[in-house]
Amino acid sequence: MSRPAHRRPEYHKINKDLFVLTYGALVAQLCKDYEKDEDVNKYLDKMGYGIGTRLVEDFLARSCVGRCHSYSEITDIIAQVAFKMYLGITPSVTCNNSNRNEFSLILDKNPLVEFVEELPAGRSSLCYCNLLCGIIRGALEMVHLAADVTFLQDRLKGDSVTEIGITFLKKLDEKKYRRKK
Amino acid sequence: MAHAVLFEFLHAEMVAELGAGDTDPGPGVSAGPLGEEAGAGQKRSLSILEGIGFRVGRALGERLPRETLAFREELDALKFLCKDLWVAVFQKQMDGLCTNHQGTYVLQDNSFPLLIPMALGLQYLEEAPKFLAFTCGLLRGTLRTLGFESLVTSSMATLPACKFQVVIPKS
Repeated sequence: MSRPAHRRPEYHKINKDLFVLTYGALVAQLCKDYEKDEDVNKYLDKMGYGIGTRLVEDFLARSCVGRCHSYSEITDIIAQVAFKMYLGITPSVTCNNSNRNEFSLILDKNPLVEFVEELPAGRSSLCYCNLLCGIIRGALEMVHLAADVTFLQDRLKGDSVTEIGITFLKKLDEKKYRRKK
Repeated sequence: MAHAVLFEFLHAEMVAELGAGDTDPGPGVSAGPLGEEAGAGQKRSLSILEGIGFRVGRALGERLPRETLAFREELDALKFLCKDLWVAVFQKQMDGLCTNHQGTYVLQDNSFPLLIPMALGLQYLEEAPKFLAFTCGLLRGTLRTLGFESLVTSSMATLPACKFQVVIPKS
């Protein structure tokens, strides 16, 4: 038998495109249904949250992350393992305060906006990728970490980079997150 | 493959949020007593999901490798859906294709990936149309890119098996 069709490189790209295209169509639909940008942003965040609460199990099953001892380690894992695994990119991480509970993920490339050149007219406050914030927030909550996750900068809005801010709200207690058996 | 997983999660969330037309006042649906309004809400939800799938199908159709850009024969286009599209999107081929040679085609998938999470209980049978609406649109959108107008509906008997019925009207 010849090489299985699904291993052809162009099919792999189709699969990646499928998610990005579906996301784009979803945002377009929400823009139709909600007049205010804030409402679309909230809805995307809410959907992302729902996805994140379940995605984290998938992530823990696929990755080999061990015990984490700090917010810094967790943020590194989000950037270097999770983003890499699901979106094929590795945002860089910066820590924004001396308490070491506020971090930024700087996205150099963003596959979600591959087919988006600019925000739709009249949608200057739209956080196009807000699903990502919800996903991170939902995933963290499932491992007992409360966090605020928002876009601090957005290339689509004219900023020079796309930056996601993660602020951990509660002290990390004994219940560290570990790999599920 | 992690990308496939992301799509499946997004699809499931879309079904849960956008497909909740009968109970939760989602986008564009006003809450009201059960009955007609609930039915209308459900129809609208399915239509929204199908519409999203249609958009994606059109865009995907342009990206799929094609030896021949224009399928003259309907059957070639349908075979393309069953093999190339299904493999690219769901990593498997369609399990069966039947036709009456008069514009009606039935595509059978015995183990449709988007239904597998639901396959645990028959009580979800009535929810299943919501999980198939996007894919109906996907098929219709891809066919449109290939030059064919169609009507795509779905049915299922035993999860996770389902059928997609494609009707291409004679011009």
